[in-house]
Amino acid sequence: STTFVRTKVTLPDLKYDYAALEPAISGKIMELHHSKHHQTYVNSYNDAADKLSAASNTGDVVAQIALQPLINFHGGGHINHTLFWENLAPKNSGGGAPPSGELSKQIDSTFGSLEEVKKKFNTALAGIQGSGWAWLVKDTQTGGIGIKTYANQDPVVGQFKPLLGVDAWEHAYYLQYNNRKAEYFTAIWDVINWKAAEERFAKA
Amino acid sequence: MSTTMLRNSTLLRSALRSAVPTTTRVAAFSSSAPIKAQATLPDLPYDYGALEPAISGQIMELHHSKHHQTYVTNYNAARTKMADALQSGDIATAIATQPAINFNGGGNINHTLFWENLAPKSQGGGEPPSGPLAKSIDDHYGSLEKLKEVFNTQLAGIQGSGWCWLVQDNETGALQVKTYANQDPVVGRWHPLLGVDAWEHAYYLQYENKKVEYFKNIWSVINWKTAEKRMK
Repeated sequence: STTFVRTKVTLPDLKYDYAALEPAISGKIMELHHSKHHQTYVNSYNDAADKLSAASNTGDVVAQIALQPLINFHGGGHINHTLFWENLAPKNSGGGAPPSGELSKQIDSTFGSLEEVKKKFNTALAGIQGSGWAWLVKDTQTGGIGIKTYANQDPVVGQFKPLLGVDAWEHAYYLQYNNRKAEYFTAIWDVINWKAAEERFAKA
Repeated sequence: MSTTMLRNSTLLRSALRSAVPTTTRVAAFSSSAPIKAQATLPDLPYDYGALEPAISGQIMELHHSKHHQTYVTNYNAARTKMADALQSGDIATAIATQPAINFNGGGNINHTLFWENLAPKSQGGGEPPSGPLAKSIDDHYGSLEKLKEVFNTQLAGIQGSGWCWLVQDNETGALQVKTYANQDPVVGRWHPLLGVDAWEHAYYLQYENKKVEYFKNIWSVINWKTAEKRMK
C-alpha cells in the first residue's frame, strides 16, 4: 500500500493593504476576514487533512468518510478565499476596471453587456438562503460562461471552473453594511479585479 | 443603540398565535386570502438593550426590526404566490415557491421562538430549569452543564448558517440536541424546546469571529421557563 505524505497549506498574503479596498470593503473587515476567518480554514483544513492521511494509511474507510465534510468545508473555505483575494484589487491596481479580450466578448454574447451580468450576479447573490458564494464560472462542457451560487464553502469543482467569486457570508460585510447586503453587492464591483478573471478564463 | 420603548410582557404577541383583527370577510378564492394567514412581526417582551451584556442592544434591534421583519415580509409574499399558484393549478410554480416558504416561514418561526426563549436576568434569564425538564436533562445528559457542553459543541460545528435546538421526540418524549441548516424549522418528528441562532448576524457586531464566546455568554439570558412550557 502507498503511504501519503503532504505539505501543509498556508494562508496566502494579500497583494494589497487591508484598507486598500475602501470604501467598498472596510479595512477592519479585510483584517478579520483574512487573518481570522481564512486563517481558521487553513488551520482546520491542515488538521483534517492530517487526520485523513492517517486514516488512509491505516485503511480506516469509516474515518476517511467521516472526515469528508471537514475537508469539504475547510478546504473549500481555503480555496474560495484564496481565489477571492486574487479577484479583488484596489482601484489603483485595476480594481473595477472592466474586462477586455475573450472574456469580455463572452460576457457580451452571453449576457448582452457587463451591466447585465452584474445585475444577474447580484440577483443570484441576493437569493442565497444562508451562507454561500456566487461565482462567474466557465462550463468545461460547452466552453460558455454562467453564474452559479454555491452553499456554505462548497468550492467550484467538476464541470465548472471558477472565474470570479463574491463572498456572501455575513462576515464578509456585516460590520460595515449590517443587514444591507444589496449595498455591499453593489459596492464590491468597484474593487473586482477582472484581470484575474480573464487569466482564469484563458487557463480554464 | 437600544430602544427606550418599554415592552409590557403581558402584551407579548406571537406571530404564531396572533390573529390580526379584520373587519371584512375576504372571499375564499381571492388571491389576498384571509388576513389571519398573514404573518406579523411579534413584539419582544423586553427592551432591545435588556439582554446586555450577553447580546448587545444594537444587535437585538437589527435582528428583530430588520432581519426578522424581512422574513415576515418575504414569507407573506411567498405565501400569496403559493396560494395563487395552487388556486390556478400551476403546480410548477407552487413547487418552485417551496424554498421561499421554507426559508422565510422557517425564519419567522425560528426567530419568534428565539425571542421567547431569551429573557433579561430580571425576568428569569439564565435561571436553571426545574420540574420535568430538569429531570429529563439530568436523565439524558447527566447534568445541565453537560447539556450546555453538548449544545455548544454542536453550535460550533455548524458549517455555514443555522441553529441549534434542544428538541423533544414526539414519539418517545426523549430529548435531543440537533442542528438545523439555514432557516430549516424544527418540524415533523421533533418539536422545539429551546433554540440558539448561530447565523453571523446574531453575534458578529459584538463578538466578531469569536463565536464561542457568544455561545458561552448567551446561556445567561436563556429563558428556561419557556422551554419548560414547550415540553410535552
